[in-house]
Amino acid sequence: MVKWTDFERATIKDIFSKIDSGVVGSAALSRCLTVYPWTQRYFGKFGNLFNAAAIASNPKVKAHGKVIMGALEMAAKNLDDIKNAYTQLSILHSEKLQVDPDNFKLLADCVTIVVAGQLGKAFTPEVHAAFEKFLAVVVASLRKQYY
Amino acid sequence: MTYLGAKDKDTVKAFWGKVSAKAEDIGQDALSRMLVVYPQTKTYFAHWQDLSPGSAPVKKHGATIMAGVGDAVSKIDDLTAGLLNLSELHAFTLRVDPANFKILAHNILVVLAIRLPSDFTPEVHVAIDKFLAAVARALSEKYR
Repeated sequence: MVKWTDFERATIKDIFSKIDSGVVGSAALSRCLTVYPWTQRYFGKFGNLFNAAAIASNPKVKAHGKVIMGALEMAAKNLDDIKNAYTQLSILHSEKLQVDPDNFKLLADCVTIVVAGQLGKAFTPEVHAAFEKFLAVVVASLRKQYY
Repeated sequence: MTYLGAKDKDTVKAFWGKVSAKAEDIGQDALSRMLVVYPQTKTYFAHWQDLSPGSAPVKKHGATIMAGVGDAVSKIDDLTAGLLNLSELHAFTLRVDPANFKILAHNILVVLAIRLPSDFTPEVHVAIDKFLAAVARALSEKYR
């Protein structure tokens, strides 16, 4: 069972209230597909992913980024039970989408970098630590149903 | 796995031109962050009095690290040869587990996103990520 300090709870709530949720998910997914091009293997139906510019302007990438953001917001609202909140998502990723779970960390790193870019100096080491802890719990919850 | 093409090298060198003015600050921030976000890395600095963000030893060492990275940029065409001495230092004297190079690289990327938000585009991000991975590999050469 994950223990959250008051600071961590407040920080995560604060981050989600400050970031531009319309942009973060898409920017993070876009960065992930650019920086770690092998992740494109899961998006064969997305059309043109040939270069960074194409990825950044791809409407399916933008749309899917919003889906990912929605899931992160759901986790932020269920801090005390992300594991159970994510059961169906975990089954989806392992059985239907068959995503190598090591990829979750790659996307999480891109989310961190995009959020850092948006928050600037407000993304202090302590805020950064709380956010990476949150993402680590999300990643672990997504891995839970793999066997 | 990491091959630095001509375009990657050009991107790194061009971007580094913008970084070098803030290098010490970036180094200090990246190191501070790493010690807070990945506390297991503190084990390498047990000999410092103060490990808090922005403390004197952290400031000094952050600058040292970034100077090393800047030096690597100038030796980008042959990192293995250029970083030979640093590799021996890390392998035989410091004995830093090479997994930590990745952790520090990640923190450098986060700080670059904070300090240079409009310049740290996805294209620059991939080139710098590849470059830092190549530096880490060159630093690991002498380990075994």
